[in-house]
Amino acid sequence: MNIISVLIWLPIVVVVSLASGWFFQQGLIRIVNAPTAKFLRTAPLTASFGMLVIAIYVTCSVFAPIIAPFGESEILSGAFEPWASPYILGTDNLGRDVFTRLVYGARNTVGIAFLITALAFFVGTLMGIYSALKGGVIDQVIGRFIDVLMAIPSLIFSLLMLTIFGTSVISLVLVIATIDSTRVFRLARSVALNIVQLDYIEAAKLRGESTVYLITREILPNATAPLAAEFGLRFCFVFLMISSLSFLGLGLQPPTADWGSMVRDNAELISFGDITPLIPAGAIAVLTIAVNFVVDWLLHRASGLKD
Amino acid sequence: MKNLAIMIIKRLGLGVLTLILLSLLIFLSVEALPGDLAQEILGQQATPSAVAAIRRELGLDLPPHIRYVEWLGGMLQGDFGNSLALKRPIIDLITPRLQNTLFLTLYTACIAVPLAIILGMMASLFRNSYFDRISNATALSAISMPEFLVGYLLIYFLALSGYFPSMANITPATPLLDKLYACFLPALTLTLVVTAHMMRMTRAAIINILALPYIEMAHLKGIKPSRIIFWHALPNALAPIVNVVALNLAYLITGVVIVEIVFVFPGLGQLMVDGVRFRDVPVVQASSLIFASAYVGLNLVADIISTATNPRLMRQK
Repeated sequence: MNIISVLIWLPIVVVVSLASGWFFQQGLIRIVNAPTAKFLRTAPLTASFGMLVIAIYVTCSVFAPIIAPFGESEILSGAFEPWASPYILGTDNLGRDVFTRLVYGARNTVGIAFLITALAFFVGTLMGIYSALKGGVIDQVIGRFIDVLMAIPSLIFSLLMLTIFGTSVISLVLVIATIDSTRVFRLARSVALNIVQLDYIEAAKLRGESTVYLITREILPNATAPLAAEFGLRFCFVFLMISSLSFLGLGLQPPTADWGSMVRDNAELISFGDITPLIPAGAIAVLTIAVNFVVDWLLHRASGLKD
Repeated sequence: MKNLAIMIIKRLGLGVLTLILLSLLIFLSVEALPGDLAQEILGQQATPSAVAAIRRELGLDLPPHIRYVEWLGGMLQGDFGNSLALKRPIIDLITPRLQNTLFLTLYTACIAVPLAIILGMMASLFRNSYFDRISNATALSAISMPEFLVGYLLIYFLALSGYFPSMANITPATPLLDKLYACFLPALTLTLVVTAHMMRMTRAAIINILALPYIEMAHLKGIKPSRIIFWHALPNALAPIVNVVALNLAYLITGVVIVEIVFVFPGLGQLMVDGVRFRDVPVVQASSLIFASAYVGLNLVADIISTATNPRLMRQK
């Protein structure tokens, strides 16, 4: 495959994916109730395509054992079998089915990325709002501490932390969640700063409501729109970060199937002109692009821009 | 002029403070190790007396604050300690690799910065045209791809057909032209990743300026759009653009780690990843301190330039 054939295939792929996005959108509109359908009609083709991709990935990760033809770390044959039945995408460096591991990888990589993002959001949002609500010394202390953490590039910081705490799943989750919660903190704090000045917060304070009540019942419901969009973007960053760490051999450890380490394990195939290792890498890119498309649409709606 | 000097000194002071806090964080993180360095060196089966001897030799029996000052003093004089895995002074390991990494980063910057600024200007000149839309969509996709995918795609398309080497194997003795040729693919990978960010931000910066009344005045005078962009908008957009460039060079520092692994490039990032794999704490400490200082330094430069070129920001502080 050379560059010219890629140039021919690229428009075809773009058109087909946009068309499938359109069909998916139309299908969804048939199924759901009227208000949701009206909302869905505003989605541009790119966002519909994004939703389709996300739906496929979620299906894959939920039904992984049913879809995958073999076991996750089952060694079936010799290493690097070509693409032929029964191994649709061949086998990897240890003779495991690549397609099976791709499906399980959706479950592991996406699952962990989601877990980390959720954790980072839980901690970051609460701290951010608390810091904005309290102000003064507490705000300064937390803020400056977060500043120092943010002064280190996140990949370098996670490498340092993983050296110290080892490369288990738990430390991976905690380390990346900590790093990303600093970014969430910044956003949550600046969003909450605008809200805490409003009268109804003052009224709630005068009623004598507790801090927990103020955060969860008064501020959080009014900060959901920017936080939801940030959740999508943050998920992309976390997802790329885990994949990069796995690619460096420091993320999810074998025999767990994971897209980043699949690329690394089979990378030598590329020098023989075999594109198998590019498939998991492509899977990573497609999901990030899809999430970005959907977030773009939601942000556009939330900002009320019409041009 | 006096204001400027005060501002720069203030920012430098803040930068030094950040660096000191950073070094403290990096130092303390090792204190959090289960056991300590002596235990790490000797392993689990070591006798207590052997561990105690090593601890004395490394100065680990001293209280933490004295050790921190000594550690930081050593770092400043280029004494990074010894690598646990390779049993060699870290400075000897780092120096050639740091040179390679700096070479790759500079090489990338030389391609990426002019390219991104030109593309960004063109996108803002022909905004909402097909050129703008296609370049925007391409940039978004490039940002969404993991660095290793970009790297392997380039290997697949450009190295397999024999145009460029897929492994960037360089030594200090390699002549410059060969070096440039050998490092072309890694530099191109980094360029693709960084250019996308820079281009989008340059475009946004120029478009912000284009909304101002004096640009409309220039339009009404009948000046050509390209001349407006170059002579009227660009000088005022320079500050945000320089800021963007510095921030993205800081971003390069992280990207370089992955790219070095993909292309088996003997740089600092590879040393660090190997250090993490073997839990070679001093090497990881030293390399993360270097990466973090470069990052802080570049951010500081961006901050100073954007403040110095914007009189409104100068007054505020």
